[in-house]
Amino acid sequence: MNSTSDEKAPRQPRSAAETQALVERSIGRRNRAEWRFRAYGMLAVTSGILFVIFLFGTIFSQGASVFRQSYVQLTVFLDPEVIDPAGTRLPDDLITADYQALVRESLKERFPEVEGRKNLRELYGIVSSAASMELQQAVIADPALLGQKRQFVVLADDVVDSLLKGRTMRDAPEEERRLSDQQIGWIDALQADGSLALRFNSSFFSNGDSRDPEQAGIRGAITGSLLTLLITLLLSFPMGVAAAVYLEEFAPRNRLTDIIEVNINNLAAVPSIVFGLLGLAVFIGFFGMPRSAPLVGGLVLTLLTLPTIIIASRAALKAVPPSIREAALGMGASPVQVVAHHVLPLAMPGMLTGTIIGMARALGESAPLLMIGMVAFIVDVPQGVFDSATALPVQVFLWSDLPERGFVERTSGAIIVLLLFLLVMNATAVILRNKFEKRW
Amino acid sequence: MQREPRNEAASVTGVAPAAATATAAAPPRNSPPLPPGITTTGVVTLDDPLISCRGVDVFYGEKQAIKNVSIDIARKQVLAMIGPSGCGKSTFLRCLNRMNDTIPGARVSGLIQIDGNDIHDKRRDVVQLRARVGMVFQKPNPFPKSIFENVAYGPRIHGLAGDRAELDEIVSTSLRRAGLWDEVKDRLNQPGTSLSGGQQQRLCIARTIAVNPEVILMDEPCSALDPIATARIEDLMDELRESYAIVIVTHSMQQAARVSQRTAYFHLGDLIEVGSTDKIFTNPSHKLTEDYITGRFG
Repeated sequence: MNSTSDEKAPRQPRSAAETQALVERSIGRRNRAEWRFRAYGMLAVTSGILFVIFLFGTIFSQGASVFRQSYVQLTVFLDPEVIDPAGTRLPDDLITADYQALVRESLKERFPEVEGRKNLRELYGIVSSAASMELQQAVIADPALLGQKRQFVVLADDVVDSLLKGRTMRDAPEEERRLSDQQIGWIDALQADGSLALRFNSSFFSNGDSRDPEQAGIRGAITGSLLTLLITLLLSFPMGVAAAVYLEEFAPRNRLTDIIEVNINNLAAVPSIVFGLLGLAVFIGFFGMPRSAPLVGGLVLTLLTLPTIIIASRAALKAVPPSIREAALGMGASPVQVVAHHVLPLAMPGMLTGTIIGMARALGESAPLLMIGMVAFIVDVPQGVFDSATALPVQVFLWSDLPERGFVERTSGAIIVLLLFLLVMNATAVILRNKFEKRW
Repeated sequence: MQREPRNEAASVTGVAPAAATATAAAPPRNSPPLPPGITTTGVVTLDDPLISCRGVDVFYGEKQAIKNVSIDIARKQVLAMIGPSGCGKSTFLRCLNRMNDTIPGARVSGLIQIDGNDIHDKRRDVVQLRARVGMVFQKPNPFPKSIFENVAYGPRIHGLAGDRAELDEIVSTSLRRAGLWDEVKDRLNQPGTSLSGGQQQRLCIARTIAVNPEVILMDEPCSALDPIATARIEDLMDELRESYAIVIVTHSMQQAARVSQRTAYFHLGDLIEVGSTDKIFTNPSHKLTEDYITGRFG
């Protein structure tokens, strides 16, 4: 642009002053470009931070309430006539007893003025159906309780919980509420004498899934996720490290290893649902493994994380200076000794970091688990890798479909727990990296 | 420009001088016969050499890095290998303990004997060779382990120490011989990488002599060190010469003149001239050698 028109004649060498003038003219433009570039960067970072704040804000504002839950304190007479009329005290008889009747009796005692089937049913609706289970477990654990009057803290129904958390509007017309006026009256009475209150929601962490929102917890999903991740870790770490070490340290460089390398990189980019379909066809269809089992979930997630771990491990091996290998070889170490004594220990922090990041990704995966049936409604907490189970992200997916307010807060609560797990894993990765990098 | 002096070399020397030196006196004892086509000037063969190389070629893929090199290496002597960058002296050094095996695409042919045993013999393990021919590299490369572990590593993997006391003994002896003991005896558990560059290089030498080799190869061991550290290493080489054969590659002609008894001059993959260091530096026979040591190129 600057060297446009007039000069046909050979250029005269510029004087220093001319050069300075030219440089000065371009400085303003350069500074503006610098400023613009920084502004773009700051804009990008700021908008990113705003989105993260918005995301965390919504999740925490919706999910924080899940950590407190309405509990009712009931005084229950554990009537031997109802529980064990035959007097056998055998566990089989204790299990089948009608504990619901005891809960009802206790409520009737608390509000003796209530009469009529309809009104009584409304009264009984205040307490969750989980209450009878609580009594049952207490009696089975200690049959000596029979005949005693005991205080029990049981879950309130989710509509009560909703009122206590301020989500049900008291001033709305009665027919638009799920609670009648007299129910609200009882609730206020129970709250006034301190027997109905919000407490720490331990059942959220100790229960499996449930149709009743107040009983639904994430223990089943967390256990399922941990079992799945255990399988994934046990398989993908040794396999990934072994594959990376072989490819990086021992394999000849030829067309075959080139193809393998390209394919590993491609596999890392394959959509996870495809791995789910593969797992369904191979592990369940061909090998006949159980559906919905953490074992199959772990195998599928192994396929998913292997490429990540191999790539990270190879990068970690590449980062080990060749001088260390030469030094060990020059000392007369065999190739396996070079790797085992020198290269692996130095590459291990990088490999572990890659593995943890791969594990974090596996923990957050839901799509491949849907394919292999880990999406079922499962109440029981899985006891082993062959039991039916679901995983945390799948639990989030399941709950997010349900309309009850209790499930909305549980969805966010499960997301918070999932995020905490991811945070801990990623922090571990960072700490590992920093700690071991210091050694040299 | 690069090729011109070489053509000249061929025209000046030809085959005759090397053949003349080799056959002039009585044939040397225990030294294999020279292959044809040797263009090296000077004293190639020796009586009862430790290492004999005959017709060694090295290829990196298609490129020939070493061309038909034959040389004998004496016991308890320092051989310096000098020459301009890329002349193949490091490549040749790495042939002697088969470190070229680790480079993909590298091919070595020709005969290399140590005490009459072919180092490429299939029945012999390269691990054994490298225990016999130790190596010190250009950049100090201690293992990122403690000073003790650095020195103990060789004896450990080769099973040289029967018990802990013997291992301690080997480590302290090696560190003493490498002139490092007084500086590190109180901190043997600190990482080897915490030492200064010169100390690290002496640690690498201690590590090498801990397995009691017969030959120590040194690939520009002082190029990353300051003059004081360099002087220490050179003194050390003088002491080590009493027990070991040392082959050193160096870019510093002063260093070659100071530490070595015999000097080999390489040029573009050819071994141009070998002889006693005094002779090479005062009265070189070959024009290329003379040009190099008088600083006309290189």
